[in-house]
Amino acid sequence: MEFKDYYKVMGVARDATEAQIKQAYRKLARKYHPDVSKEPDAEARFKEVGEAYEVLRSAEKRAAYDRLGAGPRAGEDFRPPPDWGSGFEFSGAGPGAGETSADYSEFFEALFGRGGGRGRQFDRGHGEDHHARILLDLDATLSGGSRAFTLRVPEIDAEGRIRARERTLNVQVPKGILPGQTIRLAGQGAAPHGGGHAGDLYIEVEFQPHPLYRIEGRDLYLDLPVAPWEAALGATVKTPTPGGPVELKIPAASHAGSKLRLKGRGIPSSPPGDFYVVLQIALPAAADEKAKAAYRALAEAAPFNPRASLGV
Amino acid sequence: MSSHDPALPGEIFEEGAALSLRDLSRMLAVEERHIIELVEEGVITALEVDAAEWRFGGTEIRRARVALRLERDLGVNLPGVALALELLEELRQLRRERGGRA
Repeated sequence: MEFKDYYKVMGVARDATEAQIKQAYRKLARKYHPDVSKEPDAEARFKEVGEAYEVLRSAEKRAAYDRLGAGPRAGEDFRPPPDWGSGFEFSGAGPGAGETSADYSEFFEALFGRGGGRGRQFDRGHGEDHHARILLDLDATLSGGSRAFTLRVPEIDAEGRIRARERTLNVQVPKGILPGQTIRLAGQGAAPHGGGHAGDLYIEVEFQPHPLYRIEGRDLYLDLPVAPWEAALGATVKTPTPGGPVELKIPAASHAGSKLRLKGRGIPSSPPGDFYVVLQIALPAAADEKAKAAYRALAEAAPFNPRASLGV
Repeated sequence: MSSHDPALPGEIFEEGAALSLRDLSRMLAVEERHIIELVEEGVITALEVDAAEWRFGGTEIRRARVALRLERDLGVNLPGVALALELLEELRQLRRERGGRA
């Protein structure tokens, strides 16, 4: 398994004080918090930082971790030493970063077990509903369809410890669901205590970045490259849309950054979102004498100072 | 459970949701007092402010959830959370104007 250098993750020295570690954690948590951050790997980094803090904030866990030394060199396999765990007792520390960091790495679990008491809604008496977060592909909301998710469900074992169990659910994704919205699965939460009915499962949805479209609420944006003459003279060009390629009319005198709206062609929520095409001007290379001559002819025919607004 | 089982029908929870104070506090696993504080700070608003019993719609439930996470994960106090949510909303607005670019 991969050795985790928690000091490196937190960007602190091995002899950092508690205050320095807390400060580093707060700073990184603000940077990578999934509700705030637009970093592409925010969720993963936030989990990593939460896990590092979980270990380094606790004197017991940190002392145990420090005994491992600096770990193997990069790429080498890590195994916990055979005498690992002797002489240490880990108190069930509360959740460091809450439900969004519900997954610890294999490394963490090998050393500290699947920590108890994480995910605040689970350690309260009335926690019958379960909550999870997933990353969906854009196609799932555009056309609906089923997706399989693996969730980690906390369970209380015979000794009263909380353990995580993996559970795979095949879910019919409601068409038109928006980022930040929640899929509710009735009766898929915790089993009832005695009588009554099971709790519900709430799955909060975010979307994976799409290779072509930017997702902004219910609207989708596409950067569409056009040739200078297409923008200047107007043209009908082929453009991809979520519903398949369409012929799009570019009005004459368009410029870079012009936004064209295809109403109702965004995410099919109610009301449906819009699809925006943002024009980008792509320049053909002056690759041969003929093309160069054409550029020179244009320069003569249409004198043009693109820097006029800069006062030069 | 294998992925070959028939798919469970998912519904969008926020659509048409109108939770009472009690239900919202149960769903978010916080005390009712805490939800009231969110309302008093202006972080969330009831559907009908003057109604005998508060009801909270989908957008407000989402805001409350984010607010609680920011409080817990970043150690921000309630006025700080309210400010962060307002700035995030402004950021979203700007992004929309800039063609969805960050």
